Amino acid sequence: MSHLRTDLRQRAEELVALYPRKRSAMLPLLHLVQEQDGFVTDEGMAEVAELTGTTPAEVRGTASFYDMFHLSPVGRYVVGVCTNIACLLAGGEEMLTHAGATLGCEVGATSDDGLFTLEETECLADCDRAPCVQVNHRYVRTTTPEAFDALVGELRDGKRDADIPAHGTLMRVRRSGPLHVESEQLAAERVKALAAREKRTAKEGA
Amino acid sequence: MAVLEAPMIVSARREYDDSYTLTRFLATGGYDGLRKALTMFPEDVAAQVDAASLLGRGGAGFPAGRKWSMLRRAPISYLVVNGDESEPATFKDHYLVERDPHQLVEGVVIAAYALQVTRAYIFVRGEFALGLERVQQAVNDAYEYEALGRNIFGSKFSLDVVVHPGAGAYICGEETALLEALEGKRGFPRIKPPFFPAVNGLYGEPTVVNNVETMSNLPWIVTNGGAAFAALGSGRSTGTRLFALAGRVRNPGVYEVEMVKNTFRDLIYDPRLGGGTIDDRPLTAFIPGGVSAPWFGPDLLDLPLGQDEVAEKGSMLGSGSIVVFDDTTCPVRAAWRITRFFARESCGQCTPCREGSGWLERVLYRLENGEGRAEDVALLLDLSDNISPGLAWPPQQTTICVLGPSIPSSIHSAIDMFADVFADHVTRGCTYD
Repeated sequence: MSHLRTDLRQRAEELVALYPRKRSAMLPLLHLVQEQDGFVTDEGMAEVAELTGTTPAEVRGTASFYDMFHLSPVGRYVVGVCTNIACLLAGGEEMLTHAGATLGCEVGATSDDGLFTLEETECLADCDRAPCVQVNHRYVRTTTPEAFDALVGELRDGKRDADIPAHGTLMRVRRSGPLHVESEQLAAERVKALAAREKRTAKEGA
Repeated sequence: MAVLEAPMIVSARREYDDSYTLTRFLATGGYDGLRKALTMFPEDVAAQVDAASLLGRGGAGFPAGRKWSMLRRAPISYLVVNGDESEPATFKDHYLVERDPHQLVEGVVIAAYALQVTRAYIFVRGEFALGLERVQQAVNDAYEYEALGRNIFGSKFSLDVVVHPGAGAYICGEETALLEALEGKRGFPRIKPPFFPAVNGLYGEPTVVNNVETMSNLPWIVTNGGAAFAALGSGRSTGTRLFALAGRVRNPGVYEVEMVKNTFRDLIYDPRLGGGTIDDRPLTAFIPGGVSAPWFGPDLLDLPLGQDEVAEKGSMLGSGSIVVFDDTTCPVRAAWRITRFFARESCGQCTPCREGSGWLERVLYRLENGEGRAEDVALLLDLSDNISPGLAWPPQQTTICVLGPSIPSSIHSAIDMFADVFADHVTRGCTYD
């Protein structure tokens, strides 16, 4: 019995087929687990292990290395405030403190209503709109406390559901289809192309 | 005044709100470069890139043509695009993946054709949710437009491209760590030698890893010829480059300017670019190429934006990120925050980096918070020396990858340039706001 929903299980199998080795699908599959469960669950990791031909321990050992994978429950909205160098110079620490007060939770914790988890992040590469805030890895560009509070209000009222899906959903655009070309065929074509190139080079040299 | 006559090579579509769509792309010369490349022999395409002297835009600045020429001859080979942009204050690849994903895809197909690789993977930083969606959409569109898949534009060349999301780890920008992540493992950099994935890459097969901006230059280079690219800039630094300007500057942003013809002062102060410091405060220092780079003082503002020019003065143009400090910026706090970043992002394989970064961070923290000790500056330099012996530039290495030796850069710079501020911190703590 699959832990992943039927549609996600199918997407997972399609992802595995994109790589010469199944284990390569590890990170994309863990993102799928997070999309369904909101965080990386034990059941999800067991299924990723089955799909990638690894063990649940290997999956956990990999997942725990990456900041975006949460191994315990988080809020519907994970709010990330950057305090790295560019944001430090633009009030990132003050924004983080303010965010904690507005959301009613400390850094690394989840608000009592279970809606928000607050994180202090490293650079999110949006330094011309510092201090940078992301919600579920979407740039919200609230650089003032007032703008931040307005955003939180909108999130509470469900007014941002269209552009900020619940935590875990990374890509809403899916690959349009499977690979088009068999890798054996491509390898054969590459060998032919390299041989032709060599022939041309030899001719030039002569 | 800055010299801004050079063509926009990678950011030509910045004026369009819909720059990321196939429609806009095709209306503005999209896929012309690929169509032209497919009429050439693959080695002639590679020769154009060689003639352009395109230096890799990821950080190390290695010539792309030379990297390509090392690709080992084997039936299977891969092209991997490094879109894991995470060097603090670097945000130019963010611009490229979000605003011009088709240009990236076109560059990838051109490179794949020149190299005759059997598959390409575009690794995009996980935090770029919108960027990932845009690149995936561009790939989907490209398949439909027959710029990807079997017999591209009716030629004999076929290629599949897969978009691969990262999951939050700075170290995956290191190319061998990125390959590990792409193999579904922790992002642990691989032991060198072999130094180049062209010898031993993805699944042990020959692989070329190129940065997003490097790829995005290819359509223009093929369309206009390598010589036209090489005519821009000077010396080894040819073409234009995207610079990400941030910090205490009036107009932070991503700017494409010709290499060498412009200086740091042009970029920071020209009203069409950075527009000067906030409230015209005095600039006290700037980081010339990402937080792994040693800092420069105002005396080097007139240095040209060129790879060798910056290297000669003991730093690097690196990832193309420039951060401006003014007299409100506490250098101790800045060095502490940068060091804390490295401490958090150290993968933990090598002791000098794993342990050293944490020690350094704690010493800087106590200095910044009024608990500094008289011996702390000497201690910082000694710990730094254990990670990178001699504190030279380019740095010596005691670790598998360059994350370790990048840690001392900011600390060493801060102590060198602001000795009095450090002394003050020992006696009085931080006096900045």
